[in-house]
Amino acid sequence: MPRDFTPKVVTANHLLDGDVIYQTADDRWSRHHAEAELITDEAHATIRLLDAERQVDTVVGAYLADARPGTHGPEPVHFREVFRTRGPSNYAHGKQVEL
Amino acid sequence: MYRYNEFDRDFLAERNRQFRAQVERRIDGSLTEEEFKPLRLMNGLYLQLHAYMLRVAIPYGTLNSAQMRQLAYLAERWDKGYGHFTTRQNIQYNWPRLSDVPDMLDALAEVGLHAIQTSGNTIRNVTADHFAGAAADEVADPRPVAELIRQWSTDHPEFQFMPRKFKFAITGAPNDRAVTAAHDIGLRIVERGGEIGYTVLVGGGLGRTPMIGKVLAEFIPAEDLLPYLEATVAVWNAIGRRDNKFKARIKILVHEVGLDALRAEVEEEFTLRKPLYVGGRDVALLEEIAGHFAPPEFETTPTETYDAAYASDPVFRSWADTNLAPHRADGYAIVTVSLKKQGDTPGDATADQMRVMADLAERYAHDELRISHEQNVILPHVHKRHLPAIHAALKAAGLATANIGLVSDIIACPGMDYCALATARSIPVAQQIATRFDELKLEHEIGPLKIKISGCINACGHHHVGHIGILGLDRAGVENYQITLGGDGTEDAVIGTRTGPGFAYDEIVGAVETILKTYLSLREDPSETFLQTCRRLGIAPFKAALYPEAKTRAA
Repeated sequence: MPRDFTPKVVTANHLLDGDVIYQTADDRWSRHHAEAELITDEAHATIRLLDAERQVDTVVGAYLADARPGTHGPEPVHFREVFRTRGPSNYAHGKQVEL
Repeated sequence: MYRYNEFDRDFLAERNRQFRAQVERRIDGSLTEEEFKPLRLMNGLYLQLHAYMLRVAIPYGTLNSAQMRQLAYLAERWDKGYGHFTTRQNIQYNWPRLSDVPDMLDALAEVGLHAIQTSGNTIRNVTADHFAGAAADEVADPRPVAELIRQWSTDHPEFQFMPRKFKFAITGAPNDRAVTAAHDIGLRIVERGGEIGYTVLVGGGLGRTPMIGKVLAEFIPAEDLLPYLEATVAVWNAIGRRDNKFKARIKILVHEVGLDALRAEVEEEFTLRKPLYVGGRDVALLEEIAGHFAPPEFETTPTETYDAAYASDPVFRSWADTNLAPHRADGYAIVTVSLKKQGDTPGDATADQMRVMADLAERYAHDELRISHEQNVILPHVHKRHLPAIHAALKAAGLATANIGLVSDIIACPGMDYCALATARSIPVAQQIATRFDELKLEHEIGPLKIKISGCINACGHHHVGHIGILGLDRAGVENYQITLGGDGTEDAVIGTRTGPGFAYDEIVGAVETILKTYLSLREDPSETFLQTCRRLGIAPFKAALYPEAKTRAA
């Protein structure tokens, strides 16, 4: 039996600086996970990923990442995605100080 | 050291010009990522978790002070003020912007450095013993051959689209400090009846299928070396598997075809290729290159300042005891500068620290520096009378940690703090282990120990050949760390044995502490190292200490 679809966000890296970005419902790219569009429908997820992949001059390596609703917007589920929302743990670099 | 000639300079300028145009075409959208990716990888540019990463080759780990200063300049001008030295004698910049990379490459070219073939399915940066040309135990300096291989493999048309990457390492000493047995081809310089030749190991490698290299040829004379290496790579390039990325390395070919059959293929190919080298231009080139690596003029002056400091200053003495190695010349020492201060990131140096090391090399050490695969920096030729001044300068720069070869001198890959392939973090694990044993004041009591940590099965942190190896994995969405014991990366190379189930992120430091306290209680006397105890007793007593519940269940 196919597994139930779990909610997702579309995420990628920005072409110019490589920073982690998230696709929003109004077709922007945000640096904040909480502003991402939380996708709950599998067919819609496929379409949104295709939308992202078409933007070859803006984004690199778009994919669907598991997410869940949170108080301020979608939150990451897997620890890798948590790290991507803040940056490395050995220096105060990246999103944890830049956002 | 090797100085670029006009050909080298022109080649690099042209290559950088090409890449600049490729970056421009990517940014304006005329190249897709799919088209651009193989081009950027050929020039050392990765896309990591949070940003791009530029991997710059430090061929056979050798730098002069001008090159080190330029690495510092890149760190400050285009990165966040630091660089990360890797287990393959490269330096990585973790935060460049795509549009800045062509300028970074041009700045590197000014001092004869590049990022060519630090990625992609090509022959990668050739690594060598970091004590090359200085070590007391050396048969011959391995760097001329390493430079010859660099020149031969750079942009070699036959070897640009191979089944997978291909790594060479070379040692000129019987004590293997270059982990040659864990490379696709490992070369060991040997002497037979007064003639210098090369033992060729093939099929070593770590990663998902760790294997120790096997001897393909006991003794290849200098005049046959390049055609023999070319034949070996060509045979693998022709018949190596391309159907499965994980089975594409030459170690799998050795495993599947068998060493003898591969040797026969290589020898047949060699007889075809050898005539192409007629006239011995490769040998003449090797001799010319060797001239660049002539040893410096060693002075014969007294070492009283060193002897006095050693006798009177316990901090200096402790550093001298751990961070110096025997030099081939009387009155000289090899200095290893630790980039492993407890709590810091293994292998990282700030731009200021790089400049301090460059200044010391220029002033006291014949203008030479080395980067070791163990992620430290070496001043290979230092007269002992300069050591107190060097130590004082290093201390002021936070670089005088006296821990070479000890528990806190840990190899760690970037792991999931940076790497897109990682399955778990490695840097904070290294930081916490080093800090814990510093607090316990057990570092010197434990003695020689190599801990190596990788954040995924690709094993950039060489965990299989760590006396204690740690492998970070993702187990059902949680970081989990497996331990191997008894690995060894030297001439007696051995793959470590897994202890059993892994440990959670907040358990792994405690597990290492359990292993080392078990060692302290079991060793015959303080002269028996951890590795010796491991070999004498096997891993059973360590398993019993790590998994007491298993013992209880069995009872």
